[in-house]
Amino acid sequence: MSITTAPPKESFRLGMLVYDTRYRSITIQIVALIGFLILAGWLVNNTLHNLAVLGKPIDFSFLKDSAGYDINQRLIDYNSQSSHWRATVVGLINTLLVAFLGCITATIIGIIVGVLRLSNNWLVARLMTVYVETFRNVPVLLWIVFTMAILIETLPAPRDFRGDDSEASMVLFDSVALTNRGFYVPEPMFSRGLGDLPILADRSSPACAVPEGGGPVSDSCGLFQVSLDLLLILAVLGAGFYVSSLIRKRADRIQNQTGDRPTTWYLRLGVVVIPTVAVLVLLGFHLGRPELKGFNFQGGIYLRNSLIALWLALSLYTAAFIAEIVRAGILAISKGQSEAAAALGLRSNRIMSLVILPQALRVIIPPLISQYLNLTKNSSLAIAVGYMDLTGTLMGITLNQTGRELETVLMGMLVYLSISLCISAVMNLYNQRVKLVER
Amino acid sequence: MTETHFVRTQMIEEQEPPGATTGAVGWMRENLFSSPLNAILSLLSLAFIYWLLAQALPWLISPTWQANSLTECREIIAEAGYGGACWGLIRERFLQFIFGFYPPHLYWRVVLDFALLAVALAPILFTGLPRKMLYFSAVYPFLMPWLLWGGTIWTPVMAAVGFVIGYLAQRFLKPVVGDLAATILAFVLPVVWWIFLAGPVPNAFASILPLAIETVESRAFGGYMLSITIGVVAIALSLPIGILLALGRQSDLLIVRSLSVGFIEFIRGVPLITLLFVASTLLNIFMPPGTDFDIILRVIIMVTLFASAYMAEVIRGGLAALPRGQYEAADALGLDFWMAQRLIIMPQALKISIPGIVSTFIGVFKDTTLVSIIGLLDPLGLSRAILADSNWNGIVWEIYGFIAVMFFIFCFSMSRYSMYLERKLRTEHR
Repeated sequence: MSITTAPPKESFRLGMLVYDTRYRSITIQIVALIGFLILAGWLVNNTLHNLAVLGKPIDFSFLKDSAGYDINQRLIDYNSQSSHWRATVVGLINTLLVAFLGCITATIIGIIVGVLRLSNNWLVARLMTVYVETFRNVPVLLWIVFTMAILIETLPAPRDFRGDDSEASMVLFDSVALTNRGFYVPEPMFSRGLGDLPILADRSSPACAVPEGGGPVSDSCGLFQVSLDLLLILAVLGAGFYVSSLIRKRADRIQNQTGDRPTTWYLRLGVVVIPTVAVLVLLGFHLGRPELKGFNFQGGIYLRNSLIALWLALSLYTAAFIAEIVRAGILAISKGQSEAAAALGLRSNRIMSLVILPQALRVIIPPLISQYLNLTKNSSLAIAVGYMDLTGTLMGITLNQTGRELETVLMGMLVYLSISLCISAVMNLYNQRVKLVER
Repeated sequence: MTETHFVRTQMIEEQEPPGATTGAVGWMRENLFSSPLNAILSLLSLAFIYWLLAQALPWLISPTWQANSLTECREIIAEAGYGGACWGLIRERFLQFIFGFYPPHLYWRVVLDFALLAVALAPILFTGLPRKMLYFSAVYPFLMPWLLWGGTIWTPVMAAVGFVIGYLAQRFLKPVVGDLAATILAFVLPVVWWIFLAGPVPNAFASILPLAIETVESRAFGGYMLSITIGVVAIALSLPIGILLALGRQSDLLIVRSLSVGFIEFIRGVPLITLLFVASTLLNIFMPPGTDFDIILRVIIMVTLFASAYMAEVIRGGLAALPRGQYEAADALGLDFWMAQRLIIMPQALKISIPGIVSTFIGVFKDTTLVSIIGLLDPLGLSRAILADSNWNGIVWEIYGFIAVMFFIFCFSMSRYSMYLERKLRTEHR
């Protein structure tokens, strides 16, 4: 007796490509791929044809040409003879600068507002709600131009600071001048400084030649220059924090073994503060104050009001969103958690740091980082107030001067894309680390 | 010896609560002055509110509504002895803020268009209304551009005919050529129709029956009308495209998934302003030689792509939040992919993602202000022209304040509607 178990072998038919689920997915994918390739090919073909007709094939050599325009707010050396490439780098650094400053202030304001919105003080909670709703429901571009208008219209002109009984006066012990052209703040200076370290420098180029009799090389040497003083201070600070964390770990160990925690706060404070102060004294640290000379201020760091307006507006706007995130994160932790912690005998500050915050941060951090991403992308609106960021240099003046729309816009998009992807990568890394382990 | 006991024989009278815990005083003690820190915060807030009102109210209440220039404003203010704002500007330019440079004798078309938009949206937004109104919602997308841009009526009609052809092919060719072929034909026939026949046929019809209204150039569009047009079209188109992209990103098919992921991540990774640069400088280079897209159309395309990528991520969140059992239950019922999506997955996923969808809508509407950077005359773009007007030179706050208030009204009502929808659709844990 024979039992047939295997189903009858079916020969392959063309219809199975569509009706058999084993093959259908392949069919769909191939159709999708062909469709995509046809579309992409069509677009590229059109583009090449049109560019050929216009007589400007894709060519990035314009980046080496002299830019011929000035950038007034910059962190690295640049002048109108510099190349378009250098203008792009200046713009990129300006973008990163305002994004970095904005993220810090937006986080601080956002956390304060988010916590105050949950306050049991009726008035304060309402006031914060009004702040959040006002900023969230009005376009950020409007806030940027509005802040710029406030700075220009309400602050005094530099000439108002002149004379003995001047109309305006400097604030913070005569060290900061708030004018309608921008803010002048004291500059950290080192009388026994170590000089600057050129990064990506070509040693053979004339800009990097050491002047006769020694001394520092010219400012235009290298892609940009990093202050060695700053590096040294950062290194000392970092080492201080590292030693401080070692002391904390030792205290933890002793507490685990004996039950008593040694008092360490003065040690931990000391290892951070004393070496840093010592280095600052050794380097001859002092503040260079801005001073009124003629019709304008000299010395100090000059922050243009385009930077200030962009920074303020982006921070306040993003802070409204961060406040909502913080509020949602705190509300997401159920009351039972803090009650359970209290039942274990923890004090309220320990409940916050050991129970509530670690759980709330898991909810807060991912949307927080995507707000940082939004802030970075919104910083491209700098073009509306004339702050020379990447959009203003590469996709603004360079585009208009060279007429290379395709190359500049593509480059700009790629730069923004890589910034975004870097931030997302950090976020994914964090998510991996704090993810709850589920079944 | 007598012992005295004090045993109460009746309940004591209920007493009023202490005066300090009831009424206004009690409320203030509880909500404003419950601790020293709270008291300080309350006083600081009161001081701030007083300062704000003291600054703003005298400025806001300004009898300058009838002024025709800034100098007139100043005269009126000096005469009245109070006030500060110059509202004559808003009176004079109000219509321009709404309609841009649209021909004044055709304003009725814009008004009618947006009134009909409300009619078309109503059955979608409020489920209590008769379902028959949805037919009008289906017609509206073809009616809207015709009313705004004008021209012959046959162009939108022929565009709509393409969809009718697709529907008829799906409906009536199925018994003749089979399921699959009918579906393919339902996609191919309309495309053929739009590419080859939708151009010449309307011209033929127009020569027979010239039903046309006055054409308005895109240059004339401006003000809130432009913002609303771009916003509404981008929002309406981004939802279906976003759903498709989200499904593509969730799909098991490698190529479909990587194409969706690539598109979404690229669009989300770049600022909208760069996409608008693409719209203003590059889109015509990507098209076959001789194509000249209208600038508003180009901007709408890019804003739609931008919104779709964000929408896709919001909907993907909704899909991911759905328990695995729902998918398995749909499979167990024997539903195919699209039926499962339509009947089981999407209704729940979209419900979960309503807050995200609405905040994407609000974001897109706010982002329409960016078109002022590439030279379109949205409210912010118009404000620049007005700031340069010699009659009103020196006025800043009134314009920005007016624009901000208008945007606030639009966006705030949208977010309130989303809250209403969330409450209405919440079916569990009431």
